[in-house]
Amino acid sequence: MPPGEHPNPPCSPPTMTLLNTMDRILYESQRQGRISFYMTNYGEEGTHVGSAAALDDTDLVFGQYREAGVLMYRGYPLDLFMAQCYGNVSDPGKGRQMPVHYGCRDRHFVTISSPLATQIPQAVGAAYAIKRADANRAVICYFGEGAASEGDAHAGFNFAATLECPIVFFCRNNGYAISTPTSEQYRGDGIAARGPGYGLMSIRVDGNDVFAVYNATKEARRRAVAENQPFLIEAMTYRIGHHSTSDDSSAYRSVDEVNYWDKQDHPISRLRHYMLNRGWWDEEEEKGWRKSSRKMVMEAFEQAERKLKPNPQLLFSDVYREMPPHLRRQRAALERHLQHYGEHYPLEHFEK
Amino acid sequence: MAAAGLALRGALASGAAARSRGGLWSRLPSLPAAPCRPAAHFAFQPDPAPSAYGQTQKMNLFQSITSALDNTLAKDPTAVIFGEDVAFGGVFRCTVGLRDKYGKDRVFNTPLCEQGIVGFGIGVAVAGATAIAEIQFADYIFPAFDQIVNEAAKYRYRSGDLFNCGNLTIRAPWGCVGHGALYHSQSPEAFFAHCPGIKIVIPRSPLQAKGLLLSCIEDKNPCIFFEPKILYRAAVEQVPVEPYNIPLSQAEVLQTGSDVTLVAWGTQVHVIKEVAAMAQEKLGVSCEVIDLRTILPWDTETVCKSVVKTGRLLISHEAPLTGGFASEISSTVQEECFLNLEAPISRVCGYDTPFPHIFEPFYIPDKWKCYDALRKMINY
Repeated sequence: MPPGEHPNPPCSPPTMTLLNTMDRILYESQRQGRISFYMTNYGEEGTHVGSAAALDDTDLVFGQYREAGVLMYRGYPLDLFMAQCYGNVSDPGKGRQMPVHYGCRDRHFVTISSPLATQIPQAVGAAYAIKRADANRAVICYFGEGAASEGDAHAGFNFAATLECPIVFFCRNNGYAISTPTSEQYRGDGIAARGPGYGLMSIRVDGNDVFAVYNATKEARRRAVAENQPFLIEAMTYRIGHHSTSDDSSAYRSVDEVNYWDKQDHPISRLRHYMLNRGWWDEEEEKGWRKSSRKMVMEAFEQAERKLKPNPQLLFSDVYREMPPHLRRQRAALERHLQHYGEHYPLEHFEK
Repeated sequence: MAAAGLALRGALASGAAARSRGGLWSRLPSLPAAPCRPAAHFAFQPDPAPSAYGQTQKMNLFQSITSALDNTLAKDPTAVIFGEDVAFGGVFRCTVGLRDKYGKDRVFNTPLCEQGIVGFGIGVAVAGATAIAEIQFADYIFPAFDQIVNEAAKYRYRSGDLFNCGNLTIRAPWGCVGHGALYHSQSPEAFFAHCPGIKIVIPRSPLQAKGLLLSCIEDKNPCIFFEPKILYRAAVEQVPVEPYNIPLSQAEVLQTGSDVTLVAWGTQVHVIKEVAAMAQEKLGVSCEVIDLRTILPWDTETVCKSVVKTGRLLISHEAPLTGGFASEISSTVQEECFLNLEAPISRVCGYDTPFPHIFEPFYIPDKWKCYDALRKMINY
């Protein structure tokens, strides 16, 4: 049943607004020096939730860094988002990476890494293995229009086509790669137009129309698995926020431009109006949800703040599956060093 | 060795035939001034056939690789082999017969793209299957450097062990071959030795190669396995048909001695074995010969224990001197064994130049250079 007729559309406001609320609070927390770094998802919530809703729970997700809504849609709890951003003892990533580098094995969301587009050929390899395992699973690989310029993107597209992998490539074309607008990123017709050059089925969708994203992803996923035919979806959207907390986008774009997208073409507003018109949602529910989502986020936030960081010994593990002798020696050396010089280190914030 | 001999005989044969053809060829001297395929700079001595692993078969290096891959595909249904030209058997014949035997979904060509090959391989491994990626020459591994260093090596650490690509093994032909020049001769192990999270293994022989490759494939960390291409046909040994493992991160003492420790890996092990024999014969010097086998993580204990005993260390590799892996070994040994050293640690390596074509005989750290360095150490 197409989502337009469904009384409980799979991409309902709760996830998108919860994400929006979490973004506001964590962005602010960086500004206050509580976390070191943050990236918001403003304006792109539709691409996350629309696509995530169209996948099976066990489909493997490879992301870039601006897809937190996909993980949230799959039920990743607020306290674990916060734990990773704070790098506290509850972080399943053991405090190893900068904020927003989430990962979750149980929810089939491969841990994010900073280098761009590296996930693209990896996603293709995973899809190949999944195809061989006859698992009726697909892989989805997210990336921005900037990352699509990397050699790894070319490699991934070509391998997916020649090796017939059940993968959906999902490009979030949000208009900017930090300060670089699309006019300086490519001269061709965006990313979708490259697909046919590789033999990929390709489609361009309105990324701020949650249902369009859902429908395109649903069909692409179905055919990817049924026919081992890779698909390329280019979702046109807009990065309303700055690239990250290290960026001030007023340096390279006008407030008017940002306001247009925020006010006139926002995925959350569009879905809200759609649902309000059909009587599936009302202002009461909207107010109530905003209040409770903010409360949930604040609670998780305060908890995350209070927790200790992991034991510094965790600096040394997981380099290899087993710890080799030279790392055991180096770990022991740090331990001895801290015994004598510990006062110069922030040990009180770390688990003993 | 045998291959070089054949090459010279071939040159002579074609010269004779050419003269009888007359015309242009008859005006040329019967042989070029310098042979275009110099004789090999080492003599490969096979190790005795092991008895512990069952029936053995005569195999050269590429056949021992095929055997390891065959064993792997037979017992691990998830294992796949991919890279450029592996389907027809590979440019060095390492994958001959495997596609026919195991199917085109398990042994397949990829497009010509090293960053794609390694990235794809990482993904296969992350999804839980065994990935064996071939890079056609180690010289071409550099487009994949980002995927290896920033991704493969860091996958487990950065995810807090939620994800890993331990099922990935990358194989590449490595080292000098007599005529390979800049782009078919490189030994890039030092670039990767600086990268925590991967393992680097280099065998000296068919027997070693099969056991070490199987260990790399089974090891739960991403491994790079460099195969000395000059040994592909030249090195022949009796190799067990069944699978067997040689442990990683364990150096092997090939010959015990009391006066000097010689360390090398890959082809160069055969050079230093000859140097040890020369030292014994001409100088009465007793050498301890060590094949390092695993470059990362390397067996510091075996090397240091040897130097404590002998007091002298010579390390030799084809790769250029500056920043070569000998510098890491030298630095660690002087830290651990400072008071035991009777002479400065000697490194006999390639020069700090790209690998030249016509000058290869002068470039490589041959037995005469190693012998000379050893002599100086003894007389220090």
